Amino acid sequence: MTATMMHPGPLLSLAAAGLSEHVRRTGQLPWQGPGGRLIGLLERAGLTGRGGAGFPTWRKLAAVAVGERPVVIGNGAEGEPASAKDRTLLTRAPHLVLDGLQLAAEAVGADDCYLYVPARIADRARQALADRAGRDRFAVTVVEAPDTFVAGEESAVIARIAGRRALPTDKVDLVVRSGLRGRPTLVQNVETLAHLAVIAHRGPAAFRRSGTEAEPGSFLATIGGAVATPGVYEAPYGIRLGGLLELAGGPATQPGRDGGKQPLSAVLVGGYHGAWLPIADAVSAPMSRAGLAPFGATPGAGVVHALPASYCGLVETARITGYLAEQSARQCGPCRNGLPMMATTLHRLAAGERDSRLPDQLARLAALVVNRGACHHPDGTVRLVRSALRVFAAEIDLHLAGRCSTVEGRR
Amino acid sequence: MKLRVDWTVCDGRGTCVELLPEVLDQDPWGYPMPKDGSRAPEVPPEAEPYARRAVAYCPRLALRLVPSGR
Amino acid sequence: MTNALWYLGRGTGVVTLVLFSLVVALGIATRSARPVFGLPRFAVTWVHRGASLLSLVFLAIHVGTMLLDPYAPLRLVDVVLPFAGPYRSFWLGLGTIAAELLVAVLVTSLLRQRIGRRVWRFVHWAAYLSWPVAVAHTLGTGTDNGSLWLWLVAAGCVGLVVACVAWRLSTGFAARPREVVTAELAGVR
Repeated sequence: MTATMMHPGPLLSLAAAGLSEHVRRTGQLPWQGPGGRLIGLLERAGLTGRGGAGFPTWRKLAAVAVGERPVVIGNGAEGEPASAKDRTLLTRAPHLVLDGLQLAAEAVGADDCYLYVPARIADRARQALADRAGRDRFAVTVVEAPDTFVAGEESAVIARIAGRRALPTDKVDLVVRSGLRGRPTLVQNVETLAHLAVIAHRGPAAFRRSGTEAEPGSFLATIGGAVATPGVYEAPYGIRLGGLLELAGGPATQPGRDGGKQPLSAVLVGGYHGAWLPIADAVSAPMSRAGLAPFGATPGAGVVHALPASYCGLVETARITGYLAEQSARQCGPCRNGLPMMATTLHRLAAGERDSRLPDQLARLAALVVNRGACHHPDGTVRLVRSALRVFAAEIDLHLAGRCSTVEGRR
Repeated sequence: MKLRVDWTVCDGRGTCVELLPEVLDQDPWGYPMPKDGSRAPEVPPEAEPYARRAVAYCPRLALRLVPSGR
Repeated sequence: MTNALWYLGRGTGVVTLVLFSLVVALGIATRSARPVFGLPRFAVTWVHRGASLLSLVFLAIHVGTMLLDPYAPLRLVDVVLPFAGPYRSFWLGLGTIAAELLVAVLVTSLLRQRIGRRVWRFVHWAAYLSWPVAVAHTLGTGTDNGSLWLWLVAAGCVGLVVACVAWRLSTGFAARPREVVTAELAGVR
């Protein structure tokens, strides 16, 4: 994917790959001194986590800061195949992330600091850290994340850094109280850390100038699928999905035709654990928790994927569900047993098997796996499948009648 | 109190479902299924002794009683 | 009086073996995760636990009487240290080993919630080691080792445990294979 800078927010406009250019743009590290001053700034700014859960960042920092020997982890493991924003940020603005990591470590009084990134960008991250000798107060250890979907899940991150496999574990206590080796641990997405650095720089008021009252600031969106220029873009929360698609050049042109725009049928918001919105609703739906709630969706980690009308939504959902089933850590019974069968059932429906029980069986399997795992992998998969059952209801009826809209459309 | 299942450990042996029918159903695979559909079902006070027994009798040590606030 | 101790010691030894064999059988029944003899699963576990505690009581009486009995060759050191005794040290030592393993299994089970599943499970496997050693000890030690009734009791115990282990290793042991259930749920027949 190629990223363009059509609508840069603070992250992409400050982005500099090298340290000298970064220092020229942002100046010296804005250390906040002891006493948790940064936590107050973050509370006023209203920064929320950009990894998908959207939890208020200041509350996590405050919880970790009161504990003994805290640990801070910058999480750049982007297991989601539809998302590219974390690696884009780590490549284009590594020092913004590392500034944020330093400031977070200062705010909580961290004893240990880690950066958890995919193997293919680990060397670059180590180089960036080496360049910063003199700028940093906290030594940062780079730990490589495997390329699996669940490797970025909070407890999986901690397991990997503790030297075990990157698999989710049962959460007896909150990670902010008892995380890495029982110590209070702050696991923060790398984009959140970059925002944190910008807030330390420019203050909370500047941050609040974009976004909505409840969800201030900008976010990095990975816009893909049938758009003209797929890539990573920065936009304010509350932007309409139609506006986001326009950032990426709008719908892609028809392949092999006279250059007309492809009609879109639906948009997947929030990534593979996200939800489908029919294109008619999507265009005007605001990209925010409140704006997407009526559709059972959330902004997640900012993934927006456009589905062309020429591609069957059931086929695409079956493909994604098959991938998610494959990516199950196979630790928890309902997920291990349920996800592959959901994928199989969807594949049969997508392939045109005319068995009217299939949708009910999907709904039944979804009810059997939801809420029943150590992590949210089954829940996220169910969100996707249930949204497909809603949004592609007419398509399902067509398939059960032995037809498919994508074939009819071409006639 | 709430009943928590460590799903990474649970093997669906079914002991808890026998002891706590007011809180748990058994799904077709054999795993416990909270009747209220929640992640960690609330245990009514009168069922608490049975919940404690379910925790003690789980062959996989997959159950835990935690305070409701958590 | 001393004769009474002697008979008590031998009797409790045999009862311990019978109980131990039942405990192993019930343990396998517990592992099967299905109701056995009309007992619900938790009751199978309950009987397994109760019988194991009872076997510990009989084991204690067995060892205690052997210590008190002036005819018996058991010294305090033999209770802990196998193969040190002057009389039938091999067969007696087997008893010491079987008893120590059994006590380890029982103590870890009582502390199960605290020591965690992995340690508990690892030590619990020692039951499969302790039981045959206990059988050998029963048949090899003491004055009854040639008598028909003892051989019959031992054969019954061995038959029971071997049958249960064979069941444990058979393919039909799992209550219902999960793949079959899943296939049914998805309507694949």
